[in-house]
Amino acid sequence: MKSETNTQQNQSFTLNMGPQHPSTHGVLQVILEMDGEYVLDPQPVLGYIHRMHEKMGESRPCRKFLPNTGRMDYVCALPFNHGYVGLIERAAGIEVPPRAEYIRVITSELNRVASHLLWLGAFLLDLGAFTPIMYSFDDREQILDILEEITGSRLTYCYFRPGGVYQDISDKFIEGTRAFIKRMRSRFSIYEKLVATNIIFIKRAEGVGVISPDMARRYGVTGPLLRGSGISYDIRKQEPYSVYSDFDFDVPVGENGDSLDRYKVRVQEMEQSLRIIEQALDKLPEGPYLGKAPKKIKLPPGDSSFSVEAARGELAYYLVGDGSEIPYRLKIRVPSYSNLSVLPELGRGILLADLVTIMGSFDLVIPEIDR
Amino acid sequence: MSGYFSEILTGGKSLLVGLGVTFKAMLQPVVTVQYPREKTDVTSSNYRGHIELVRNPETGSFKCIACGLCAKACPSECITVKSEKREGVKGKVLTVFQLDFTKCSLCGSCVEACNKGAIRFSQDYNIAGFTKEEFHYDLLKRLEEMG
Ligand code: SF4
Ligand code: SF4
Repeated sequence: MKSETNTQQNQSFTLNMGPQHPSTHGVLQVILEMDGEYVLDPQPVLGYIHRMHEKMGESRPCRKFLPNTGRMDYVCALPFNHGYVGLIERAAGIEVPPRAEYIRVITSELNRVASHLLWLGAFLLDLGAFTPIMYSFDDREQILDILEEITGSRLTYCYFRPGGVYQDISDKFIEGTRAFIKRMRSRFSIYEKLVATNIIFIKRAEGVGVISPDMARRYGVTGPLLRGSGISYDIRKQEPYSVYSDFDFDVPVGENGDSLDRYKVRVQEMEQSLRIIEQALDKLPEGPYLGKAPKKIKLPPGDSSFSVEAARGELAYYLVGDGSEIPYRLKIRVPSYSNLSVLPELGRGILLADLVTIMGSFDLVIPEIDR
Repeated sequence: MSGYFSEILTGGKSLLVGLGVTFKAMLQPVVTVQYPREKTDVTSSNYRGHIELVRNPETGSFKCIACGLCAKACPSECITVKSEKREGVKGKVLTVFQLDFTKCSLCGSCVEACNKGAIRFSQDYNIAGFTKEEFHYDLLKRLEEMG
């Protein structure tokens, strides 16, 4: 798919990357203005998978929007569930029993690890390394089995409910999670050997796509990208929601803001997530898993917002209620959207192969961007 | 010049270390399941397949009282419940219970809404079809067929 516009003065040509390109991970199109192997101007084109999620949220009772939340970011659906139920609870003043909050944290963190594992495999696949995805999918499969045990689904979860969760966790789940933590800890050395010390990977990722802290701030970049640039900002620490303030965990940060740092930050984040899960399992309180919430949730007039740390960065829901069951306005701020917005600036004057590295290191999920 | 050779050396070493990992994995049991040639079992009884009606062990018939709460709770309006009055029977009798699985998001709202415990998730996961209509399930018939 090339169209050449070779005029006398202009030797550049346009190259369409996507919407069917394997390394755009879904239906993202990037129109590249190229000069030979060099990218002059990458422009992402969004909207191929726009499904009007926000509008759907504004046209149905708030409970009925829950299944949609898991379909925006299908790789990391539980934090999206979490943000929405958190929003409804804040708006309508619904209490959540502590056990439910702990279950939410455990499952969200498991989901985060699963998401990072998928990213790890896919990123390296983009770079031409086929083997790591086999290992990361093997590990991710364990998480999916564990989560299937309680959520009933493997990908597009709809597990959280306003006031709690759908069902209680079982002993099998707890055992499985503990076994997984043990297994995963032993797997980090494999990734270290296979990827982090591999010279080809380092050469391709080091110094590629450097996002300076200033640039990250200007574009509202969040999540592992922001932390890779050396800014320690994590919603779980900055404005702890749910019961995150009960746990002791670190926020890993990078130094240079390049693709290698983003890799390192995510791998370290997995370890931190495991730490959170471990502590949550130890402290897991007894009690109900679903609190009292009205069948028909009336949203009082006024606005409320709720942010959570999804695997890709800050996810914020904003809601305006008008006293009825149906939200008057629902706005969703998704992380990948602002993360992608740095691409035109970052991708200027680099090699095409580096653009693939950069986009891989961004961990984009297109349905979440388009919504 | 020495930098050049040391780079080759470290590079070669990192490749060998990586190969060592794969070699070790080669000796371990195979984890890949050759689906669909091999079937996997549903590992959990909580698995959410499409919904199905629950039998009342006493009467041997469905538990559903055709109240329609599940249909009302469904975000996608997948469920159609119809009923009729019958002589000598208290309340309504279920005549149609249709599920349009093409629209179902397996959210669980219907199962939650039913306070009679008359529906549950099935364990069917291996479903494929050529037309949309194949996924319009007549759950009442399904219950009868299941004996
Ligand atoms: S699982 Fe959800 S979408 Fe499917 S029939 Fe039940 S309520 Fe409707
Ligand atoms: S399945 Fe349950 S909620 Fe639905 S109509 Fe029957 S009794 Fe009512």
